Amino acid sequence: MYIVIVGAGRVGYYLTKALLDEGHEVLALEKNNRVCETVNEELGSVCVRGDGCETMTLDSVGAGRADMLVAVTGDDEDNLVACQVAKYRFNVPRTVARVRNPQREPLFKKLGVDVTVSTTNIILEVIQQEVPTHAITHLLSMRDRGLELIDIRITPGTPTIGRMFKDLPVPKEARLALIIGKEGQPRLPDPTAKIELGDQIIALTTPEQEQAVRSALRGS
Amino acid sequence: MKITIMGCGRVGAMLAGLLDADGHTITVLDTDAYAFRRLPATFGGTALIGSGTDEEALKRAGIQEADIFIALTQGDNRNILAVQLAKHVFNVPRVICRIYDPLRQEVYNTLGIECFSPTTIIARLMQEKIEGQEA
Repeated sequence: MYIVIVGAGRVGYYLTKALLDEGHEVLALEKNNRVCETVNEELGSVCVRGDGCETMTLDSVGAGRADMLVAVTGDDEDNLVACQVAKYRFNVPRTVARVRNPQREPLFKKLGVDVTVSTTNIILEVIQQEVPTHAITHLLSMRDRGLELIDIRITPGTPTIGRMFKDLPVPKEARLALIIGKEGQPRLPDPTAKIELGDQIIALTTPEQEQAVRSALRGS
Repeated sequence: MKITIMGCGRVGAMLAGLLDADGHTITVLDTDAYAFRRLPATFGGTALIGSGTDEEALKRAGIQEADIFIALTQGDNRNILAVQLAKHVFNVPRVICRIYDPLRQEVYNTLGIECFSPTTIIARLMQEKIEGQEA
């Protein structure tokens, strides 16, 4: 695959390196001459100096035959424009943009960016998983299907401890997938299985029903 | 008409003054309060500190009721993001965008964004002046 990367800062550098290792044809565009030279010294001639938002620059690196363009500069605006120019001018089939402000993800999608990666949200989710008392964690977001995989923990004092799953008002849009007990032993959420202290319940749900699932399982 | 202008530089401030004098309701947005010094003393509109790429700032500027949104900051990409936000999220009926880069302006023109490039306009104007004198 031929992949064009816009922005060869820290994210761009490691992405270029990883994609090269996987055997792809990769070309990085970087405005800053010094950054560009460093990348070329370390990874071989893969970085071209230029503005990835400019039609001329993209044309000169053969964006017309690119399978994918990934914009990972530190500026949301630049990433959006690079993706839009690639998509609408060069018909690049797949565009990916890094988004710093998570609020902008829906707008970017609407404007022709195929995939948005919100670094802020990713960092938040990872930190949430490390907070042991946090009752609900997002494990995976399957946005193209409108589903989320979440993890609900049964902490001390949860009113539903000892109750059977069939007696809890879990919304029908949600599906309980697995229970992981305190000692790490997995159980299936059969209707007659009981909630125990320290359980970790993995569920698949629509984002709208997320809070309802949580309330049903934790009784709060 | 209700008009929101993003960027209170020389062009933004002058346009705000002209439209205000014609009786339109103007709101000017800039991230730097010092920029508002350029507004004429007679300016009767609203000047607000905030970025036109920030949804909250746009709401405070009354974007939901605006008839026209004009982006006139120095950053092409910032202008492009702001007008698309105004058009697609806040459904502003008409958006106008300044894009210095002529090639980028062409791309967004074909995408249905009303935009103009001062680079092209001034270069053509100069050309006409010079070649007009020769003839």
